[in-house]
Amino acid sequence: MVNFNRFTLDNGLRVIVHEDNTTPMAVVNILYDVGARDENPEQTGFAHLFEHLMFGGSVNIPVYDEPLQRVGGENNAFTSNDITNYYITLPSANIETAFWLESDRMLNLAFSEKSLEVQRNVVIEEFKQRYLNQPYGDVWLKLRPLVYKTHPYRWATIGEKKEHIADAKIEDVKAFFKKHYNPQNAIMVVGGDVTTEQVKQLAEKWFGQIPAGEKYHRELPQEPEQLEERRATVTGKVPLNDVYIAFQMCGRTDEGYYAAELISDILSRGNSSRLYRSLVKEKQLFSEIHAYITGSLDKGMFVVEGKPLENVTIEAAEAAIWEELERISTELVPADELTKVQNKTESTMVFAEMALLEKAMNLAFFELLGDAGQLNNETKKYLAVTAEEIQRQAKAIFRKNNSSTLVYLAEKPEPEFA
Amino acid sequence: MTIDRTIAPEFKAINDIKLIKPEQLTLNNGLQVFCFNSGGQELLRLEWIFGNLRFNPEKPLLNQAVSTLITEGTETLTAAQIADRIDFYGAFLQAEYGFDTSQLTLFSLNKHLSSTLPVVKDVLTNAIFPQKEVDTYVRNQQQKLQVSLRKNDVVARRLFNKALHGNTLYGFSPEAEDYQKLQREDMLGHYHEMFRPSNCTLIISGKIEKEALDLIIEMFGENWQLDSNPADISQPEVVAATEHFYYKEKPGALQSAIRIGLPAVNRTHPDFSALQVLNTVLGGYFGSRLMANIREDKGYTYGIGSGISSFKHTGTWFIASEVGADVCRAAIAEVEKEIGLLKTELIPEDELNLVRNYMLGSLLGSLENVFSHADKFKNLYFSGLGYEYYDNYMQTVKTVTAEQLKDLANKYLDSDRFYKVIAGKY
Repeated sequence: MVNFNRFTLDNGLRVIVHEDNTTPMAVVNILYDVGARDENPEQTGFAHLFEHLMFGGSVNIPVYDEPLQRVGGENNAFTSNDITNYYITLPSANIETAFWLESDRMLNLAFSEKSLEVQRNVVIEEFKQRYLNQPYGDVWLKLRPLVYKTHPYRWATIGEKKEHIADAKIEDVKAFFKKHYNPQNAIMVVGGDVTTEQVKQLAEKWFGQIPAGEKYHRELPQEPEQLEERRATVTGKVPLNDVYIAFQMCGRTDEGYYAAELISDILSRGNSSRLYRSLVKEKQLFSEIHAYITGSLDKGMFVVEGKPLENVTIEAAEAAIWEELERISTELVPADELTKVQNKTESTMVFAEMALLEKAMNLAFFELLGDAGQLNNETKKYLAVTAEEIQRQAKAIFRKNNSSTLVYLAEKPEPEFA
Repeated sequence: MTIDRTIAPEFKAINDIKLIKPEQLTLNNGLQVFCFNSGGQELLRLEWIFGNLRFNPEKPLLNQAVSTLITEGTETLTAAQIADRIDFYGAFLQAEYGFDTSQLTLFSLNKHLSSTLPVVKDVLTNAIFPQKEVDTYVRNQQQKLQVSLRKNDVVARRLFNKALHGNTLYGFSPEAEDYQKLQREDMLGHYHEMFRPSNCTLIISGKIEKEALDLIIEMFGENWQLDSNPADISQPEVVAATEHFYYKEKPGALQSAIRIGLPAVNRTHPDFSALQVLNTVLGGYFGSRLMANIREDKGYTYGIGSGISSFKHTGTWFIASEVGADVCRAAIAEVEKEIGLLKTELIPEDELNLVRNYMLGSLLGSLENVFSHADKFKNLYFSGLGYEYYDNYMQTVKTVTAEQLKDLANKYLDSDRFYKVIAGKY
């Protein structure tokens, strides 16, 4: 159970306070309701590039990190296809520094050309490090456009290509800030060794005067139902073949989400899971295999991914995966097995309560979904899923006409001498 | 109310950091137990930690393979049954290999402890390393190795470790052939010598209720056989290579992984805490000189950092990054320039104060819950240190002077002793 209080400032900023006096620390987590899905198709990667620029100085504070480190704090941020989330951890005695820093960059950025130039380079290096210079690193750049034809989920957060980042202009940065970075599009969670009264007073003092800005109304093209089997094969400098089968599935707030997540657990969570046991251990067809969901707010992806052993053909590998998917679609999952994944979910929720920052991030995310309080009902929802619902969801998801298969073939390399 | 946003709010220095100290029990069979009890969530983490046996260059994988495969079958339970039992109760059982010690960790809700503990007991006393599971491990590890060897940072790390630590657990990185050499008989022998109460430390953290503790003591005290011969956990001497430069060319690389460093002292040395301050200035936090120069000013990399690894028998100071292939030499020149500055110029008082506060805040922030307090204890205990280490650490962070740090830079960052590894293009 994660307790919290909630209030909204006149300018529309939603504030949630989670008091936890077992720690001498405090966290400030600010979620901006903007992600890669809100980008212009000609300027992909912008939300993430922008996240970097948020550390390049704000209107009254030339550098962001230094004053925070000076009071013993640390911070970071991440961008997903749906949201951009910034967080600070610091000794609670110095919590006001976090309010000062975060409010100034919500008020306005410095928009320095030098910062833009450097961060374009940094992000391009990130692009190389994570997507281009790693074996299989570009899989998501190829898989997303196979699964999504219309929705902006068809590009990855890093961007569709490096050029989009290289071309970013300071005017675009300013326009993006104006459109998305204002109190109405943000949710702030303050947690740890703080009181609600103290947070109210500080929030009013530092954020109260920030103009409300314009509310961003999201009108994204939704992904139509997939009606045909899709397939792509790429050959690359990788040592082993790799098979990805991705399916469209419901969004995060859909009722069917909970069953879908449990299906991924039944298939792939832990050493007792079906895919690992059957395909890695018993039939010995794969060296590794995983199933997971993206948990996206709009129509998401259910992905099954595995590296077949060298003597196993792609056809045999795919057939073996489909056999397991058929099984979960046609046979009711045994009660013990369902209880197992539900127990695992329950204990994971309890363990998560030991991590302050995680609690704060979760509260912000559930508030975005509509109500932070729903965080405390999550366990119940997983426990309520029945074997019949599992089967119904599996049937709906695991159809050939709903599948996108990406086969990553190993190019036989030149012999290499160490 | 108008506020002057150009002025930073007042802040307080961190003076007092309280660490939770454990209660210690020594069981009749020699097992050392340390308990970190907290209120809150009804759960426990139990860690059975074993010293690795002496490294054998002829059979270099044994510590690693035995510590990893211990959960793959016992005289009474198959790998599948072990996984089923643990997963059914929502627990997590992890077998992990480390350079100095290896451990089995159980995360369990208190209410399921009586169901999960017997599985652990069985794993620790009756593991049999079924041939089929060994074969699966060998096959899959060999495949995974092929993928790892395509990652420049992995290649650089392997070369670096080998150069600095030679033929020891710290220097060893497996090749495909090493997996081929694994013999089940050797693994069983290794297991029986290593996994015994006198070579084990049990650390319990979470909400420790009396029934739980009684159960643990009964199962791992009275009913875990006393052994006679101590395990041989001595290790061969660490000898660094004479060659100091390694370049592994990767045609077509977009980025080069670089790793630069040298042998250093470990946590037991009186200079260690001050060196941590010096390292933080250089590359130990987001605002460090390496990040400020090479990422935030030049844009050569997504990230660069430095650290001092403290092992039981040695220490290593290293700098690691992946940089644009076309700016590899320029990036290395900047790294060398930053190291040089530490030796020739005093760190400005303003920067040093920032680092002091950052480090104290970071220590405070690393004590998130009872598990983190147990982790701090492990750092001390396995280095043979007591809690005065952290008192000294905090004192040093607060008081070490710029002059002392410059002297230390000259004492430890000797240009001739540096090792340089590049994987990619140079």
